[in-house]
Amino acid sequence: MIGYARRTWIVLWKDLLVERRSKESLNALLFFALLLLFLFQFALGLDQDRLHAALPGLIWLGFVLAGLLGLGRSFVAERDNDCWDGLRLTPGDKSAIYLGKLAANLMVMGAVEVVILALFGLFYNVNLVSVLGPLAVVLALGTLGLATVGTLFAALTAGVRARELLFPVLLLPVQVPVLLATVSATQIVLAGQPLGDAGAWLRLLAGADLVYLVIGLLTFEFILDA
Amino acid sequence: MIEAAGIRKAYGATLVLDDVSLTLPAGQCLALLGPNGAGKTTLLRILAGLVRPSAGRLRVGGADAVRDPEAVRAQVGMVAHGSFVYEDLTARENLRFWAVMGGLDASPARLRERLQAVELDAVADERARTFSAGMKRRLGLARVTLGRRPLLLLDEPFSGLDRHGQKWLVEFLLAFKAAGGTVVLTTHSFGGGLSVADRVVILAGGRVLLDRAAADLPIDELHRIYDDIVEGAAAS
Amino acid sequence: MSARVTRILGGLALLALAAGLAAGFGYAPREAVQGNVQRIMYVHVPAVLTAYLAFGLVLVGSVGALATGRLSWDRLAGAAAELGVVFTGITIVSGSIWGKPTWGTWWTWDARLTSTAVLFLVYAGYLLLRAMVDEPERRARIAAVVGVVGAANIPIVHFSVKWWRALHQPSTILGPEPSPIAGPIAAALLVNWVAFTLLFLYLLLRRVELARLEDAWVPETRR
Repeated sequence: MIGYARRTWIVLWKDLLVERRSKESLNALLFFALLLLFLFQFALGLDQDRLHAALPGLIWLGFVLAGLLGLGRSFVAERDNDCWDGLRLTPGDKSAIYLGKLAANLMVMGAVEVVILALFGLFYNVNLVSVLGPLAVVLALGTLGLATVGTLFAALTAGVRARELLFPVLLLPVQVPVLLATVSATQIVLAGQPLGDAGAWLRLLAGADLVYLVIGLLTFEFILDA
Repeated sequence: MIEAAGIRKAYGATLVLDDVSLTLPAGQCLALLGPNGAGKTTLLRILAGLVRPSAGRLRVGGADAVRDPEAVRAQVGMVAHGSFVYEDLTARENLRFWAVMGGLDASPARLRERLQAVELDAVADERARTFSAGMKRRLGLARVTLGRRPLLLLDEPFSGLDRHGQKWLVEFLLAFKAAGGTVVLTTHSFGGGLSVADRVVILAGGRVLLDRAAADLPIDELHRIYDDIVEGAAAS
Repeated sequence: MSARVTRILGGLALLALAAGLAAGFGYAPREAVQGNVQRIMYVHVPAVLTAYLAFGLVLVGSVGALATGRLSWDRLAGAAAELGVVFTGITIVSGSIWGKPTWGTWWTWDARLTSTAVLFLVYAGYLLLRAMVDEPERRARIAAVVGVVGAANIPIVHFSVKWWRALHQPSTILGPEPSPIAGPIAAALLVNWVAFTLLFLYLLLRRVELARLEDAWVPETRR
């Protein structure tokens, strides 16, 4: 048990360290977030009311697009230098690797999302601070849904032809319920309603997150050995 | 330690290994010679339990490779071409990662000692990206010796090492054998590998073309046989 | 499954389809409100039921492939997925054709249609993945994981789309089926459903056999 926790932790540590050193993903993702901001504004025109009405969807679209870029690269480092084989040769329950990767991805996604929200609040002149608590709950549940499947599918497509295409094609349809739930719940929360009003959606999200996490933990070792 | 019989590996239409059989008792070293594309790396990966043979039987340390690859992997320490190095981490960090992943002692003292043993302590805190291929291999050796895996599988361990490095590796492998460890190494040149080998196997075109005790094989004869085989294989 | 069984099954399917056609166009009455176009329900509903059967088999095959490591399970999953995508396509197209005269549009984000479309996308992606991996054992494992995720997701999709629809269109219940489903209509529906299921099973057996032959064929080996 302790060994499992240690291995999860060391995978998390390694991923964050690699991320910080290479600065590949995080910087690019943050810049991407900024670009999205402009894109959305240009695509929707100057009508600020229309933008504000679309805000829940835009927030999530931003997260999903950033997620596609960031999550898809989760296992690229492992493909270098045969590290993937190295992981296969380690003893013990391999799902610890999945959990560590998931944790690292959650932290990176979280950082990107915070920046996206801040930029949205700034550029679109939206007051998000007043609803920050409930919003954070919705976003946390949604991000978990995105990252659990995203990390699993990233491992799955790691050595496959046309990975960059296959990863979004596989991930997006599965993310539909998460998207519907989070956008609906975000809409409720941004309208100033209490979190309880979105209860059904949040329960759906939590249930989905649990299902995805369990599947990820159970099937990761098969992917590693594929 | 290793009992392989009739190993065959095909990827679709391509036959990479054909009817490979070999035996290696514990405490000995087998040198796998052969030209590029002979199937040496594939065989090594099969011995490691990473690849399932298409046919044949394999037992490593008593574990059945087909039925229980995990048990095989538990006994193997491998330094492959890739040498399992994360380019953005330092030598010390790389070692720490693999130590913890292997459930082994990852204390700073232990890591330092291992790095000293492979003469990488001077660059312990440099990123692996700056290392030469030989240095990465040495880091791999530090990694595999963190624990007490009984079988070492080394893919071309002598390439990229200078004379000093080769001498160091030979001493290391002799000590490893003396402690009861088993080694299988591949090479496609006649270098230090032959001085530690107890058995020599030549693999060409996926087939075993020679399997003899090193003691029965003077170096000139080996050269001659090897050239014949390689030319023969190239002609066919 | 022996060739004989498969042939018999094919024959039965053919008979059942003929019966279904007769029932749908002859036996069942002309619907009062929508007219003859409503008869397309006899294709649309059995198709979606068959699609769900297919995807259920994808789950079975995927779990079997992971549990036993035997490729026969994977062949089942792959064949079932192909047929599932086909029947889902039939569902969507027939639903669309039904919708045009009935609601005036080719597409409506009706709950069932939307869920089915999402299902289509999930399993089309699954087939694309299978096409990208050449080695049978590797393909079996990777596809099986996607198969499990896809199947587990079906109820989640169902509820999320249903609630989402309720949010945005609380007024009219755009259920295409005439309510209540009376005797002859129910009978015709049943006959067609049986026919579709038989057809599906026949095609499944043929496809699995084809996959087995494909895997068993060892081409000229070269070194």
